[in-house]
Amino acid sequence: MGIESKLGNLGIVTTSLEKLVNWGRAGAMWPMLFGLACCAIEMMGSQAPDYDMSRFGMELMRASPRQSDLMIVAGRLSRKMAPVLRRLYDQMPAPKWVVSMGDCASCGGVYNNYAIVQGVDEIVPVDVYVAGCPPRPEALIHGIMTLHEKVRGEKIREWA
Amino acid sequence: MTLQQVEITTEELRNLVSQRAMDGETVLLNMGPQHPSTHGVLRLLLELDGETVVNCIPDIGYLHTGIEKNIEAKTYEKAEVMTDRLDYLNTMGNNLAYCLAVEKLVDLDVPERAQAVRVIFTELQRIASHLVWLGTHVLDLAAMSVFFYTFHQRERILDIMEMASGQRMMTTYFRPGGLWRDVPAGFEEAVRTFIDDLPRHLADYEGLLSKNPIFLDRTKKIGVMSGAQGIAWGITGPPLRASGVKYDLRKEEPYSGYEQYDFEVPVATEGDVYARYWVRMQEMHQSLRIVRQALDKLPKGPFRSNNRKFVPPPRAELGTSMEAVIHHFKLWTEGFSAPEESVYVPVESPRGELGVLLEGNGGPKPWRCYWRTPSFVNLQILPLLSKGHFVADLVAIIGSIDIVLGDTDR
Amino acid sequence: MNSALQVIIQDLEHTFGAKGSEFRGQARALVPPQRILEAAQALRDKHGFNMLAALSAVDYWPQREPRFHAVYEFKNIPQKLRLEVRVPLNGDEPELDSIVGVFPNANWHERELWDMFGLHMKNHPDLRRILMPADWTGHPLRKDYPLGYEEVEFTFNFEEIEQRKPRPKD
Repeated sequence: MGIESKLGNLGIVTTSLEKLVNWGRAGAMWPMLFGLACCAIEMMGSQAPDYDMSRFGMELMRASPRQSDLMIVAGRLSRKMAPVLRRLYDQMPAPKWVVSMGDCASCGGVYNNYAIVQGVDEIVPVDVYVAGCPPRPEALIHGIMTLHEKVRGEKIREWA
Repeated sequence: MTLQQVEITTEELRNLVSQRAMDGETVLLNMGPQHPSTHGVLRLLLELDGETVVNCIPDIGYLHTGIEKNIEAKTYEKAEVMTDRLDYLNTMGNNLAYCLAVEKLVDLDVPERAQAVRVIFTELQRIASHLVWLGTHVLDLAAMSVFFYTFHQRERILDIMEMASGQRMMTTYFRPGGLWRDVPAGFEEAVRTFIDDLPRHLADYEGLLSKNPIFLDRTKKIGVMSGAQGIAWGITGPPLRASGVKYDLRKEEPYSGYEQYDFEVPVATEGDVYARYWVRMQEMHQSLRIVRQALDKLPKGPFRSNNRKFVPPPRAELGTSMEAVIHHFKLWTEGFSAPEESVYVPVESPRGELGVLLEGNGGPKPWRCYWRTPSFVNLQILPLLSKGHFVADLVAIIGSIDIVLGDTDR
Repeated sequence: MNSALQVIIQDLEHTFGAKGSEFRGQARALVPPQRILEAAQALRDKHGFNMLAALSAVDYWPQREPRFHAVYEFKNIPQKLRLEVRVPLNGDEPELDSIVGVFPNANWHERELWDMFGLHMKNHPDLRRILMPADWTGHPLRKDYPLGYEEVEFTFNFEEIEQRKPRPKD
């Protein structure tokens, strides 16, 4: 406001801490490789040159949970895999977000039986649900951009 | 739902690993379900002596979906939706296997046009599956650019599939009796443009890899499998053909009109990772040949059988004919019934022999639908192939067997 | 049916008390469970069926005699022959001989039979669960095992299902 108009041409900008931190978090969110089934192929397809996700800061997918911020649960979660998912989520350092990609991860999808967890939100808290079977890469990117908007709107009281 | 960790206990391990591991001489390493190079949720228990693999115990089931039990709860036509999601890189091939099994069980005819279109799509799906295999295999061997190239080509195949069926991957386009709907107007031109353009891209990939000294070092003489070993372990598909056994179901037990098309079956003799790579590259060229012949010959005619006991009538007929309304009602509420018999129909998927054992019980729902999936059987040979190799070679071997975990765990 | 297959089925009927049949051109033989190991050996050594293509089972509950049919698909690659062998098994906890010594790839197939159907395989080197978690009880593909259908949440039953559904605390 006032100080920028005086010091603007010295190369200084002022902003709030909230906006700065949220901009940093949303700008380079690294997803963790957690492709389970068919949705993983569409996730790889959205990383591929046709629907490039590195335009949105997700240049690489980190295999290690300790080095990633975002877990895209892509595919159906079976009951044998559920403890592994929770363990990986616990290993991710805060701040962390979860995108549930596809119908199977969001609500059990086509499968309503003994072997599939009916929605990943029984195990980890989910921020964005992306519907589709499998969702198109454009749908996944829309989900990621929705998550970015959500991150940019986070308040300092929640994470400080 | 309680989550608890259940590890394999020491007692169970005693049978599976050598005494050296129990003494602490060799290291037990868990290559866990979440790993960038295992192509899905595969867990490998490795027993390592330094960097060399002494034994490797695969632990599968992390993607078990209960598809077979779900199919038993749905009618024959509606269960086809489940079949796409087994081997999710070969969706049209799974649909084909299921439709052939249903048609054989109830003795339903398929018109020529539908058979030709089925062949075109199955071969395009084979090319798409091999492109994904190539991209991810060499990504594990650290050649990242080929990954981007192959996925770009695959997008064009997915555009063709979307044009015909409305969906990129899980199409459910083949139905018992033929196809869901006829191919649209721009289909032939789109396919022709694609198959005329692909050979130069395949030549690009071969130019990047086939004589590349790093690629040759990482793939020659790694994971050698002999033909006799392959047959004893039930291996089918490109791994068997790379070990000298000329066995391709499209030639041995032709289905859906494959006997009319002229193509070769590539066979290599060394049986190592490079031979399997070579066989799959050649298969892509042969698939292009088949698609071209099928497209030239594409017969005119109906796209689905007229047998109204099994195939619902087109909606235009419902306004005029009473029988059409009755058939439509019965087929969409109860479904058609199948005899109390069983059939086993094998087809050649990009990974090997995909077989469907379909048993009816006189009612509208299948009594048992067993999927003999190639990845489940091919994965058994991994411990044998990886003995004495490094962990990095193990990654190359897994990639060369070409497993898809949806196929393995069903 | 192929004439070569007819000869083979007659031989099986003679030696093992099998019953041959055919449906839609596919040959089938029903072999009693005590003789399956010898039959598999004879098929491999004498008749040249060198590959076990598939091994699975079918559950005919509530019928108990037989309750299960174990289904073996054999393939003769040089002569291009396929044969399906079915083994009827009675009762709720049947036992079956393992053919791992004859066809090594039966290992995982038989583990799947144990896991999904509860058929105990005698002389199997490593009989433990393969597709389900190690501590699972029950055998899912049996007909008296429920599908596990969970009620779908719609607006009218949303609140009552939400109270029952487990949600993570953080």
